[in-house]
Amino acid sequence: MFEFKLPSLGADMEEGKLLEWLVRPGDSVGKGQVVAVVDTSKAAVDVEIWHKGTVHALLVRPGERIPVGTVLATLLEPGEMAPAAPQAQKPAASTARKRISPAARRRAEALGVDSVALIGTGADGAVTLADVERAAAAGPAAAPAVPAGQARRPVPAADRQAETRRAIGAAMSRSKREIPHYYLLETIPLAHAQQWLAEVNKGRPIAARMLLAVLQIKAVARAVKKYPEMNGYFRDDGFEPVDAAHVGVAISLRQGGLIAPAVHDAERKPLEQLMRELADLVKRTRAGSLRSSELTDATITLTNLGEQGVEAVVGVIHPPQVALVGFGLAAPRPWVEDGELCVMPTVTASLAADHRVSDGHRGALFLAELRELLQQPQDL
Amino acid sequence: MKMSYREAMRAALHEALERDPRVFLMGEDVGRYGGTYAVSRGFLEEFGPERIRDTPLSELGFVGAGVGAALGGMRPIVEVMTVNFSLLALDQIVNSAALLRHMSGGQLSVPLVVRMATGAGRQLAAQHSHSLENWYAHIPGIRVLAPATIGDARGMLRPALADPDPVVIFEHAQLYNLEAELPDDWRCDIARAAIRRAGAQVSVFAWAGCLSKALQAADELAAEGVDVEVVDLRVLRPLDAETIAASVRKTHRAVVVDECWKSGSLAAEVVARIVEDCFYELDAPVARVCSEEVPIPYARHLEEAALPQVSKIVAAVRSVLNV
Amino acid sequence: MSAKRKSAAPSLDKALALRLLKDMLRIRRMEEKCAELYGEGEIRGFLHLYIGEEACATGAVHALDAEDNVVATYREHGHALLRGVPMKAIMAEMFGKVSGCSRGRGGSMHLFDATRRFYGGNAIVAGGLPLAAGLALADKMQGIKRVSVCFFGEGAMAEGAFHEAMNLAALWQLPVLFCCENNLYAMGTALARSESQVDLCVKAASYDMATFRADGMDVGEVFAATAKAAQQVRDGGAPVFLELQTYRFRAHSMFDPELYRDKAEVEKWKERGPIHSLSARLKAARQLTEKQFLALDAEVGVEVDEAVAFAAAADREPVSALLEDVYSPPGAGA
Repeated sequence: MFEFKLPSLGADMEEGKLLEWLVRPGDSVGKGQVVAVVDTSKAAVDVEIWHKGTVHALLVRPGERIPVGTVLATLLEPGEMAPAAPQAQKPAASTARKRISPAARRRAEALGVDSVALIGTGADGAVTLADVERAAAAGPAAAPAVPAGQARRPVPAADRQAETRRAIGAAMSRSKREIPHYYLLETIPLAHAQQWLAEVNKGRPIAARMLLAVLQIKAVARAVKKYPEMNGYFRDDGFEPVDAAHVGVAISLRQGGLIAPAVHDAERKPLEQLMRELADLVKRTRAGSLRSSELTDATITLTNLGEQGVEAVVGVIHPPQVALVGFGLAAPRPWVEDGELCVMPTVTASLAADHRVSDGHRGALFLAELRELLQQPQDL
Repeated sequence: MKMSYREAMRAALHEALERDPRVFLMGEDVGRYGGTYAVSRGFLEEFGPERIRDTPLSELGFVGAGVGAALGGMRPIVEVMTVNFSLLALDQIVNSAALLRHMSGGQLSVPLVVRMATGAGRQLAAQHSHSLENWYAHIPGIRVLAPATIGDARGMLRPALADPDPVVIFEHAQLYNLEAELPDDWRCDIARAAIRRAGAQVSVFAWAGCLSKALQAADELAAEGVDVEVVDLRVLRPLDAETIAASVRKTHRAVVVDECWKSGSLAAEVVARIVEDCFYELDAPVARVCSEEVPIPYARHLEEAALPQVSKIVAAVRSVLNV
Repeated sequence: MSAKRKSAAPSLDKALALRLLKDMLRIRRMEEKCAELYGEGEIRGFLHLYIGEEACATGAVHALDAEDNVVATYREHGHALLRGVPMKAIMAEMFGKVSGCSRGRGGSMHLFDATRRFYGGNAIVAGGLPLAAGLALADKMQGIKRVSVCFFGEGAMAEGAFHEAMNLAALWQLPVLFCCENNLYAMGTALARSESQVDLCVKAASYDMATFRADGMDVGEVFAATAKAAQQVRDGGAPVFLELQTYRFRAHSMFDPELYRDKAEVEKWKERGPIHSLSARLKAARQLTEKQFLALDAEVGVEVDEAVAFAAAADREPVSALLEDVYSPPGAGA
């Protein structure tokens, strides 16, 4: 028998609200299978399990708010028999059916609201009349975004915003408090990269076009392979380098705030695949359906504020990571090449890195590597 | 006019004795002693021992005699000291008073009023503190009333005496000293429940000694912005299912407060009616605040812990509203 | 058949007389303290005082064996005390404390002590009579020689339970001593207003049962009558009815308007107060000096003070234990 606990889905997460079980007692689960959906302060997240087994008992009911580390379920090891006397736990049957008050169920039918998809604010997480009416008023898209909290709060969206802001604030405060940042800037010429992109994108519809952002992700992933002190986690016992490069990509949310889910193993994936994954990630982030591993696995973060027109972004490291790379606006700028002034598309790349793990010298070499990688896009 | 519950009940009895010569009062110590709760003090001198009859301690006998006198054309008002003692008379109430009309194919009528004190809260321990209204409310053939206000104490006796069938009136012993303004129009029916406080978010059903607790809880919750409706059942049999359902249809949530023990309580019946009549109106499970399942203990702190209290009602309302 | 009444109290052995006097004082002083504490709010609920009637319990209980069963009413403080329930445990019960003889659950009206075969204060008038018949039935069926003594007031004799229990006990020849403390008022209702037959022994005799009558204000007479009646039950295995004629000096419970009796009547009975009568008689016989009486009284006063101090310092039962003692603990056999 082993326990499945609520993982921390980010440094800023202290608790979550179980929204839904995707398994029932008796179900077999495989490694990496999504078994539950948990509402963090930022988004609804699919939580995966990393241990093969059979679900024995679900210990937390949808709607319950639980701290990180709470045992959500017990599972049997492969081949293990269930104990003879069933454990006196909360009846698992309660998970079989979503709690929707009779009045809410009927009103939802009348209003055409999918009551099962709503997050309940009633006792034991039950969906109430007010939840249904709020969802109906907000329109179908907003329905699942009804937040945790109390029934009488009038503007739920504001709640989530405040919650998101609070969570980001906590993480960034911790970062600034604990991580001795140093910052470096490097201007990178993009003539080759843009030329290559223009060729690759020739004849493609706009939606399918390769983006500079993808080249940046891949370049960062390749650069950290050479400078591993930029890639990994700083924990109690010091720096833990990670072999794979899971590049967290900062994505802003419609309601405010941001999330930086990971593109896994970015150094090994071809650009076309990265392209598809990035598009999917953006879509799922904004729909609030990320997987837990995407929230927790990033080994370095990449933020790109070029679209907003800024020259450069000097970022704050996302703990427990040790580095963050920022890109500003890619645009034609005056440039001196071979002693002559010309016009060159350039971008300012920045590095914010953890002085406990690396020094400016290594950081400078890392940025130089990044610059070189972006000069040979065909090799990325 | 401000008066006590005791005075209101006394005024009602006085009026009944004055209006109808067939009316007489009998029970233990109603005459020379002046009534256990001093409701009938002075009546003996005014109406004489024929109509204000002290009885021996023989509940079965004198309640049964009340049934017989009612059959024989009188309008007896029988006082039983407490509901615990009424168990000695239960046979005559259940096996005679409630059944005679039906068993006789409608030939007989028992226009009897039985009054008794009920309830705890005075450290009288287990044999003087129980609430068994639900036992009586279980029996077809009798009407069960629970006046909880000055108005009802004044007004319920007249229609009870006018009822051709037996009526049992429960007077919560803690209410006798309650003082309030007697409404100008205290005349009332003995059929409908009464909304004592209108509200939108949750219906609290209470009666007898619990009504004032429910109203107090509603006041406390109002200060926090929770809008509670308080419904006084008043008539415990037959239940006014219509008023109960209408309130739940409005608020979608219900808490039932009952000084009886939870198992097999009248509160259980009210909840059953709510679920039967307005299941699809419910926006939260119905909650009950009842006495703990223990005979009422003597020690004050244990007695308080055993009974429904304002704080328990407030907590129950919060739980159904999830606030 | 007819009631036998002693013409005069037998001369009491001096030692016994002093024991009886002291026990009457113990009841009196304990109850006076209870009345005082009631006023202070330490004791609540109903408090039915026995003041005036002490000779009944004192004379009767002294005439019983330690193994006999006793069933009493809600006016049972004296009976409990003399059957051996410590005054501390009684006082703690009145205070609603866990070290009370009923763990604070019963209060004044419900004193119990199973080890002393004291089957309690019963607040349902006549509720104890069938119970006593049942206790006697159990003894008879098990071949145990024991008397079950049931105390009750004359008001109980109007209840159906009285008649049913008397009939059963006589019919089945059960060893019950029915001990009626006739204080003339059932709460506020005088005997003549509640009984068609005011000669209670005549009423009891209709069940073909031996009857005795004694002056309940004379502890010596009560002792002698009870000893004789109990011996008859013990020897004959059949029930006996004993009427003790007495009077309650105070209200039915703590307060009542006493509209039902004259003050003069109360004063007249007070002249016959059992403690006063006995001590006067002993003094006249030169068996007791005023100094000795005061010493006795002071001794009792210490016991009362200690009981109050114990009760005041005792613990209240935690509310978490509220639901205990509704059923037997799990696993307890019958």
